[in-house]
Amino acid sequence: MTEIPAQPAREQEPAPVIHVAPAPHAYDQALTTRRMMLDVLIALLPVVGVALYVFRLYAAMHIGICIACCLAAEVLFHTVMRRKPLSIGDGSAAVTGLILALSLPAAAPWYVSALGAFVAIGIGKVLFGGLGQNIFNPAMVGRAFVLLAFAGAVGASGYKLAPLPDPSDKTAKPVGFLRRTASDTMTHATPLTVGKELARKLAEGKTPEKDEEMPSLVPLLLGNTNGSPGETSALACLVGGLYLLIRRTASWQIPAGVIGAVIVIGGLMHALGHPRFTVLHHLLGGALLFGAFFIATDLVTSPLTPKGKLIFGVGVGALVMLIRTLSNYPEGVMFAVLLMNALVPLINRWTIPRPVGGPVPKKK
Amino acid sequence: MTATATDRPGATFPRGVHPPEHKELSKDAAVEVLPAPARVTLPLIQHLGAPAKLTVQPKQDVALGDVIAEAGGFISAAVHATITGKTAKPTKVTLPNGRHVPAVPIAAGDAEPLDGEALRADVFGGDWPTDPAAYEPKQIAEAVSNAGIVGLGGAAFPTHVKLLQNDKKPIDTLLVNGCECEPYLTADYRLMVEHPEPIVTGALLAAHANGAERILVAIEDNKPEAIEAIRKAAGGTEIEVAVVRTKYPQGGEKQAILAITGREVPTGGLPLDVGVVVVNVGTAAAIARAVVRGKPLTHRIVTVTGAGIARPKNLLVPIGVPYAELIEFCGGLTADAVRVIAGGPMMGFAIGDLSAPVTKGTSGVTVLTADDVRRASETACVRCGRCVDVCPLNLVPTRIALAAKHQDWDLARKYHIQACMECGCCAYTCPASLPLVQLIRMGKAQLPKE
Repeated sequence: MTEIPAQPAREQEPAPVIHVAPAPHAYDQALTTRRMMLDVLIALLPVVGVALYVFRLYAAMHIGICIACCLAAEVLFHTVMRRKPLSIGDGSAAVTGLILALSLPAAAPWYVSALGAFVAIGIGKVLFGGLGQNIFNPAMVGRAFVLLAFAGAVGASGYKLAPLPDPSDKTAKPVGFLRRTASDTMTHATPLTVGKELARKLAEGKTPEKDEEMPSLVPLLLGNTNGSPGETSALACLVGGLYLLIRRTASWQIPAGVIGAVIVIGGLMHALGHPRFTVLHHLLGGALLFGAFFIATDLVTSPLTPKGKLIFGVGVGALVMLIRTLSNYPEGVMFAVLLMNALVPLINRWTIPRPVGGPVPKKK
Repeated sequence: MTATATDRPGATFPRGVHPPEHKELSKDAAVEVLPAPARVTLPLIQHLGAPAKLTVQPKQDVALGDVIAEAGGFISAAVHATITGKTAKPTKVTLPNGRHVPAVPIAAGDAEPLDGEALRADVFGGDWPTDPAAYEPKQIAEAVSNAGIVGLGGAAFPTHVKLLQNDKKPIDTLLVNGCECEPYLTADYRLMVEHPEPIVTGALLAAHANGAERILVAIEDNKPEAIEAIRKAAGGTEIEVAVVRTKYPQGGEKQAILAITGREVPTGGLPLDVGVVVVNVGTAAAIARAVVRGKPLTHRIVTVTGAGIARPKNLLVPIGVPYAELIEFCGGLTADAVRVIAGGPMMGFAIGDLSAPVTKGTSGVTVLTADDVRRASETACVRCGRCVDVCPLNLVPTRIALAAKHQDWDLARKYHIQACMECGCCAYTCPASLPLVQLIRMGKAQLPKE
């Protein structure tokens, strides 16, 4: 249905032009796809704020590069190469760019962001057919690609900046402008990496040093820890997530499923043997809340029905815990989401709701 | 006694939408009698079921209320002359729903027509008894059938079928539907406020006929004056008012039954299957008139409203009068009117020809402007699931529409395409402006027989 053109001024013909169209003739005019994408961007503002505060120019650089490259990629692949109308106005490429930027390590080099953005849009979205057709979360596709291609720069070690050299050391390489602006937080390991090492040490029977203990919960909540710009502040994620739930852009079933699964499994693991690594550490540390509210709730790649969304959320939470505790990776949100994305068509088929009054009876 | 909405006002059904009501345009406009028209055209099928069979010749003199076509079967309805005059040769008219149906034109004679307050008094005035025992159940059903009464809520199902006692499926509840959930429409509301007595009488007669033990008048909570009027008129009878939460489509019979009695009408079945019969308040008043006064269905209240009409009104009109006459009486279309709808904005049909006649199922004429119907361009489905969140029947509209678009009938059946009642909640909500109802309707029409 095309937009109704404004009535032309025709003073000589006072009779109005009546047309016919199918019902319904009333629409919720405030609700558009673009508005929903804008809501995600608004919800990410607290997270972006903390990111700029903790990671300063690194965060600004990644956010700028990712968003610009995602928009450029969509124009190149969708508009130029496939000769379709300009699509960046719907805001989905910008959202992918922002989420990608917030999920990469701030210390990663600029080309990681750029390549990640092109892969996210090109392979994660346009290759499947554009908006609404992709199976996998585009930002996570981009991130998975750069994780595997630049394992050192994007893996657990990629988060830590080397400490500044001693000013009296004359043989050290000169420090770049960007490095000089970095905050001290960026020289620490991420909380989950610390946790992984701690678990390994405890498993070997050794006593951990003081600086090898888990950081306390308050920095995890507020964000004064190292990590991806999006994941550090659990509080910012909660505030933004709450906004999305109120606006109904994200359904509550997905974050509820993720958080619920983590609480149950984390509680079990804590009871079974990680005395210093409580459920709250799992919830507030790492990208769990960021993933629960902003990544797993991606509209296109999550199930259609409320029951399906709950199953999806629980699956993501369970896989995150599995990867965090049983694999070599300290964080598991990205893989958990991608794996559950693959199951979404099946979940949709399994959760076809029963119509009120029962299914259509078969003709005898 | 089980608790119902009478005990807990605000009962509702799951999901649904809240479109802006716009009832203030016409809700305080007392019903005006449309001046008697010079000509009416009476379609021979204005109801669900078989067409009526013509019983008059062209150029025959008929009086207001004379039979001009008799019922064409059990599920059918008779048609009566709605003005006094002379018939003409049968023609074909195109109704707003797209059907081409045969119709009988009647040109008014020279005699003074029944008009104005005399007509109003004839239709709604006088004493309305509250003791149905004076009439036999079979007598009631026969009077209703002879009067050509069909559901005035829009579905136009022949009412006498609902007034028969059924041994295999006994009826225990009569629901009188005063919800009027469509935005803009206020015809049922004005009837309840101005003439609640015939509604009460008709409800008592209907329950006496089909054996219902409980009579509930369902009214949405945005109509406090109607609730008050019906309660007062029903004082001393066993009729109760069930106040339900204002939500679209609360007036749909399945949703009303679910909200008030908690029972689910089986898909493809009838309310009869759960022991309930639903009649519209206008139909109840017509039942009273047919049984107590022996008069057939010839007139009804129609709301003419919307930002595109100069003076919104509620009108008492004869069936068969052209839409153009109603519009003219209300001051005509405004300059920015773009769509004239028979019914309300959610399920009504856009009219292409204003000379089409008002039928028994016409509850209103809604005239919308360009601003009202402005719609963003259609974009891709992002599988947000909003349509699933609002569908009152718990379907997945986006999948059904996708299946219909690609003519994948297995997928369409898997998602229960035939259960859809085309209420419009999904298309109303869709952020991508997808024409969901249109696609589903196309799919249903093209669905191959099993």
